[in-house]
Amino acid sequence: MSTQTHEPHSHHIPSDWLWYGGTLIAAVLWWWLYNQLIPFANWVTSLFPVAPDSHLGEAIAFFVYDVPKVLLLLSGIVFVTGVLRSWFSPEKTRAILAGRREIAGYPLAALLGVFTPFCSCSSVPLFIGFVSAGIPLGVTFSFLIAGPMVGPVGLGLLYGLVGWQIATIYLVFGFSIATVAGFVLGRMGLEKYLQDWVRDLNAAPVHALPDQQMTLADRLRTGAEQVQEIVGKVWIWVLVGIGLGAAIHGYVPEAIMLRVMGGDTWWSVPAAVIAGVPMYTNAAGVIPIVEALLGKGAALGTTLAFMMSVIALSLPEMIILKQVLTLRLIAIFLGVVATGILATGYLFNLLL
Amino acid sequence: MKIVKVYGSGCKRCKATEAMVRDTATQLGVEIDLQEVTDLQSIAMAGIMSTPGVTVDGQLVHAGGLPDAAKVAEWLRA
Repeated sequence: MSTQTHEPHSHHIPSDWLWYGGTLIAAVLWWWLYNQLIPFANWVTSLFPVAPDSHLGEAIAFFVYDVPKVLLLLSGIVFVTGVLRSWFSPEKTRAILAGRREIAGYPLAALLGVFTPFCSCSSVPLFIGFVSAGIPLGVTFSFLIAGPMVGPVGLGLLYGLVGWQIATIYLVFGFSIATVAGFVLGRMGLEKYLQDWVRDLNAAPVHALPDQQMTLADRLRTGAEQVQEIVGKVWIWVLVGIGLGAAIHGYVPEAIMLRVMGGDTWWSVPAAVIAGVPMYTNAAGVIPIVEALLGKGAALGTTLAFMMSVIALSLPEMIILKQVLTLRLIAIFLGVVATGILATGYLFNLLL
Repeated sequence: MKIVKVYGSGCKRCKATEAMVRDTATQLGVEIDLQEVTDLQSIAMAGIMSTPGVTVDGQLVHAGGLPDAAKVAEWLRA
């Protein structure tokens, strides 16, 4: 950015200040609202003619506290992530990974997977873009696993609803699974199980776009657009998830929870993983459920396994990838990631 | 006449981008040949990694996310 790029865009300046000021006001308002959550929830709960310690009363209290809390947290996290991600792009990530030695590539790919903006609708072009640039298949998988698995929404909500200890454990193990699973997959020589057309593809070199000079206001606008788009899309999952969480919180007896999801039941971890696969929701929908499960005494390992499975092993994602991977490769991919999740689940059930 | 291709596998933003290009062209009175490329193989072959991608006369001008309205006008006018 030289000092002589005075383009006729100066009419943007006042609107830039609107963005700065607007963000500041929104942040203050956010903080104020976040601090009103408990009195607000108590007030709403008291409007219901139900005894607060009844099943229904407990469920209502959970619901009216969690809905505004999750929506506020979600908006805040998506905004900050949207702004941060405006510095990253799949093209830049590809350039970074393509010039990397393999071993350093795995953790780096996992890290970039967290920060690179991409939607599942473009995971196929992205996959091909990576592979055709000579990025090893395993490194590409590390990237694709880490993206959803250790996404900021999941981590942020876990932090806000369950606590920093479990959020940290999740971060460390989610990141490790992405790195190690990519490494293992990379060692297996799976290139032959790509769909034929992908292997034979001579993709054009990915054109680097001229680096768009975004102003800070542009980045703030990107964040705000993300909030509008993502919250507009997932709010229904959030309500469903919190509804389920509320039902668990209010109605499921602890004795049953301990029997089904307790640490002593050997099959609870695999059952949690299997239950998670067809559940297609995103992190924002599953974490209220996790909160309720843990509150009722479900074992940490089992709950972590359930959560990782819901977020990282999703059927629709596999169907999209079917266009580039053969069924066999998808099965191997699922097997390796599921093994990592199982290991994490058993480890924590043993430790705690 | 400019050939404008919008690459995308049918996502919401891809459709929005296409509509934006068409509307802008009409507004400016520029005649364009607007093509929608939805086939994943062709998208990949064109070297586009984030959709929607836009090329004008074979030149990549945009990849990923909704383009800025001012930018769209710029591509079509130039």
